[in-house]
Amino acid sequence: MSRRGLIEVKQLHKHFAWVPALRGLDFVVQRGECALLLGANGSGKSTLLRLLCGLSRASSGSIRIGGWLLPEEAPAVRAQIGLLAHRPLLYANLTARENLDFFAALYNIAPAERTRRRDDLLQQVGLAARADGLVRDFSRGMQQRLSLARALLHQPDLLLLDEPYTGLDEAGCAILDGLLAAASAGGCTIIMSTHQLERMPSMVDRALILSDGSLVYAGQANKDLAALVRQATNSA
Amino acid sequence: MKTPFVAAVRAIVSKDLRAEWRSRELVSAMALFSLLTVLVFSFALELDKSAREAVISGVLWVSLIFASLLGFNRSLSLEHDQGSLDALLLAPVSRSALFVGKLLGNFTFTMLVALMLLPLMTALYGVNLLDGWALLTTVVGVFGFSAIGTLLATLAVQTRSREALLPIALLPVCLPFLLTAVRATKGILGGAPQSEWQVWLQLLATITSIYMVLCLLLYRFVLEE
Repeated sequence: MSRRGLIEVKQLHKHFAWVPALRGLDFVVQRGECALLLGANGSGKSTLLRLLCGLSRASSGSIRIGGWLLPEEAPAVRAQIGLLAHRPLLYANLTARENLDFFAALYNIAPAERTRRRDDLLQQVGLAARADGLVRDFSRGMQQRLSLARALLHQPDLLLLDEPYTGLDEAGCAILDGLLAAASAGGCTIIMSTHQLERMPSMVDRALILSDGSLVYAGQANKDLAALVRQATNSA
Repeated sequence: MKTPFVAAVRAIVSKDLRAEWRSRELVSAMALFSLLTVLVFSFALELDKSAREAVISGVLWVSLIFASLLGFNRSLSLEHDQGSLDALLLAPVSRSALFVGKLLGNFTFTMLVALMLLPLMTALYGVNLLDGWALLTTVVGVFGFSAIGTLLATLAVQTRSREALLPIALLPVCLPFLLTAVRATKGILGGAPQSEWQVWLQLLATITSIYMVLCLLLYRFVLEE
């Protein structure tokens, strides 16, 4: 993809029936940046992430990923997006290995490369020993780690993470931090929603704070973000 | 860059078959339901031989359509409830490849049930259903209503009342299949001249083709929010 990695959101509105979920968001995330998406429950973080990956359609306004307009031109950017959502997006009746093989086939990764990436990722997320275990027998944390492997399998240029630390123990959080740092170092643009500011990765460049569907802060992440979130939540 | 159509379809079908082989959730529920339906009809109607020949094709198709309702709903619910439908939508795969992949899985499961029903009904009703033309009619009819069933089940799983919505939406649009398939099967089993029932089989194939094209065109709209 020649025009890639840059996210431009203009006057983005999203309504569910008559209930506004997002109100006129405007922001830009530069290629290779890591942005933290913050806000109270129900502030619109997950809705925004679904819009950014083309799974949902905006009520008005525009989203461009690498110059491509979503969702109209989504087919051009789908292969460049990795999503770690609330739900694991895995098949419970398949093994960890079969899940990754299936998604590798969907992303048209060559068979030899598929095996290498799958085995590497299973190793990196600490599931190599459980590669042939059924996902339905996995704990929430193990499913989350496998889900992270699924999101990284096709080496996306844009990684969207919705509460990625959910269900992870300390070891799992450390694995996630390591993989995110590696992806960021490789030029991947990351947008991550989280409530766990104490776990904020070191490579975060900017923060976006949502309150009741509105963007109340878009700027450097080196401020006291906890105070900004508290302030936004109280004023909503 | 999009994944080639055939590669995407093959991946989805093999995933569905493998998952079903592990769980046996769909086929066992469909088979049990259709078996019970056939038995209920068998006891309820208490028919003599000529009457049995007259109703057997209707019993076969009604049992298959009711059983497939269970299967289509469950097949798409599994995708939706685990969020994996979102994962499919995120992949660089054409919507028509998603449709054909899910359709072929549903068709395979329904045909397995049909292949179990045919010898069973032959034994139970004393009418030979193991006929080449009857089998062809079954394949064409099952393919047709699997296509429309896959489309409508995808629509239904995204609603709160999916269990109720699918039968309400699917049964009326299945009527053309039911009518033509029953007429064709009845003619074949009754030993009528080929010229009498062939037209029904041709009509069934035409309806299946039309529905298939419509489903391919409409599937991406069903998937969009």
